[in-house]
Amino acid sequence: MLKIKDLYAGIEGKDILQGINLEVKAGEVHAIMGPNGSGKSTLASVVAGKEEFEVTRGYITFDNEDISELDPEERAHKGIFLSFQYPVEIPGVSVTNFIKTAINETRKSKGQKDMPASEMLKMIKEKADMLEIDRKFLSRSLNEGFSGGEKKRNEVFQMAMLEPKLAILDETDSGLDIDALKVVANGVNKLKSEDNAVIVITHYQRLLDYIIPDFVHVIMNGKIVKSGTKELAYELEEKGYDWIKEELV
Amino acid sequence: MSFKDKLLSSYIALEDYLEFDSPLHDVRNNAIKIFEEKGFPTKKEEAWKYTSLNSLLKPDYSVYSNKERNVELKNVRKYFLHEIDTYKLVFVDGVYNSFLSETTHDSLDVCLMSAALNKSKYKPIIETYFNKAAKSDSLTSLNTAFTKEGAYIHIPAHKEVEKPIEIINFSTGNEAAMFLQPRNLIVVGENAHVQIIERHQSLSSNEVLTNSVTEIFAEKRAYVDYYKIQNDEPTASLIDSTFISQQRDTVCRVHTFTFGGNLVRNNLNFYQNGEHCDSTLKGITIIERKQHVDHNTLVHHIAPNCESHQDYKGLFAESSTGVFNGKIVVEKDAQKTDAFQQNNNILIDDKATINAKPQLEIFADDVKCSHGCTIGQFDEDALFYLRSRGIGLKEAKALLMYAFANTVLESVKIPELKVRINKLIANKIGVSLGFQL
Repeated sequence: MLKIKDLYAGIEGKDILQGINLEVKAGEVHAIMGPNGSGKSTLASVVAGKEEFEVTRGYITFDNEDISELDPEERAHKGIFLSFQYPVEIPGVSVTNFIKTAINETRKSKGQKDMPASEMLKMIKEKADMLEIDRKFLSRSLNEGFSGGEKKRNEVFQMAMLEPKLAILDETDSGLDIDALKVVANGVNKLKSEDNAVIVITHYQRLLDYIIPDFVHVIMNGKIVKSGTKELAYELEEKGYDWIKEELV
Repeated sequence: MSFKDKLLSSYIALEDYLEFDSPLHDVRNNAIKIFEEKGFPTKKEEAWKYTSLNSLLKPDYSVYSNKERNVELKNVRKYFLHEIDTYKLVFVDGVYNSFLSETTHDSLDVCLMSAALNKSKYKPIIETYFNKAAKSDSLTSLNTAFTKEGAYIHIPAHKEVEKPIEIINFSTGNEAAMFLQPRNLIVVGENAHVQIIERHQSLSSNEVLTNSVTEIFAEKRAYVDYYKIQNDEPTASLIDSTFISQQRDTVCRVHTFTFGGNLVRNNLNFYQNGEHCDSTLKGITIIERKQHVDHNTLVHHIAPNCESHQDYKGLFAESSTGVFNGKIVVEKDAQKTDAFQQNNNILIDDKATINAKPQLEIFADDVKCSHGCTIGQFDEDALFYLRSRGIGLKEAKALLMYAFANTVLESVKIPELKVRINKLIANKIGVSLGFQL
């Protein structure tokens, strides 16, 4: 599904990603871990198409198509979704209106008509219930005055509505208490199928107790330095990252 | 002959028609003297530092037209908020058009300034209110000297007007260049309620310059909700001066929506003369090309325990220029004043300019005054967030513009007007979103 080959990318002439190689197949869950500033969030942003970052070498393909030059909205239309670490507040636009616009814009790109209002409402209700989201919450301005946990839950709600092929969860666990974490993880697991894939970016092994990864990768200095199975996450939790650094030396 | 000289000689001609024995005659004579002394404002004056009238004074304007021009309803219907559910005072080239208007003298006077000036039954009202709130700056004085026609609205005490009143000034372009000076007087009696919509609309691409003056008097506990829709042709310019005198316990709100026109200058002045006044001044400006819009506001807190709320949003594209000059004066006696002013601007293109200048003059010591002014561009992170959800760049920008303008739009109390302004905004930014704010 997603292939990243020898990817170098950076900002203002400074390379942050320095030769990333990663392949994610349909049905898989990958976890990406690593210390602060190692390039985890940059990798997520580059895959989603943030223009601030310049790809200087390598390429990204999605369903065998090179997407390196595509706009963020075009990538979204192909089924890539990024759950933001810091979702942006947009006062004046309600969660419902926002998600309606997002869904209908995506449909428009595929030559489909707008989703009928009744169908939209039904879907909104269903997904909100699944994530234990209060209906009142949906008429509030997008992310404005939301707590950290509400923001993250709202991200996963959008993911549930948009039904992406590839979901990248960028530190979705930060700011969540254990109950909220379970609800969010449960939501992600319900959306999981043989046809889609998830990349979980996290500092801590905690989330991986609920969203079980098939593979765990460690990023350091813009490079994947170690890959393994979920046991690697436990090892990192226990020993930190220093032993990997030593191994590399 | 300069435009000023032309106006001065026109006044001499006009004087022959005027009521010599009326006290108004002195008012006019004083006003023309002030105009003669001061002339048109120039950029040397602090209040006009960023707005030049020079190019507007060049055309050979026709100063009056006495003919009742015909305008087909089908051609202007779109400018009315509603065909039947509003009262209408319609002026064409400065002359009242009875065919398009819908007035009343039943329990309230929605009628003409010319009638009010000439009929004896209106004399006490004219003597009490006319030119009593207006400042004696040169442009207002020019209007006062030439006062002839406009809206005269008198809402008696305790009357709640059941439908909005529209004041619409059309110009037909029958003259190559037209100078118009409507003069409105609105007196809202004790505990009376009224909603008014004002619009200036050119029907051709000939040049029009309008120097409009409106005085509004809110007697105690009155409620005045006023909307200005400024979406004129690129060859039409407007100088709009509004003076609102509030007595105690009144609520006065003015919303100004500026999307069109060549040059627009709004002088909006509020005077809080009694305790517990509430004043609201809000505006949305969305302009492009070489349009120029200047909002000059004054809230004069004279009495204690009053509030004022200002919120102006501006979106400036291409080479357009904006000015916001917001002045709040809190007099020594105006203790416990709560004054708030906010002005946020987005420059959409590199060539657009905004000059923003908040001014606070506070002479009381127990007040709450705050102001905030921002000038920025689109938030790149917000755009990326929206785009990553599949919303295209153009739509994402539109969504942010809607969101930006929403704090002003949400306080529009006439639902049809809100829908109309939503459409104007959508047209202006060239997209239609699947929802309204």
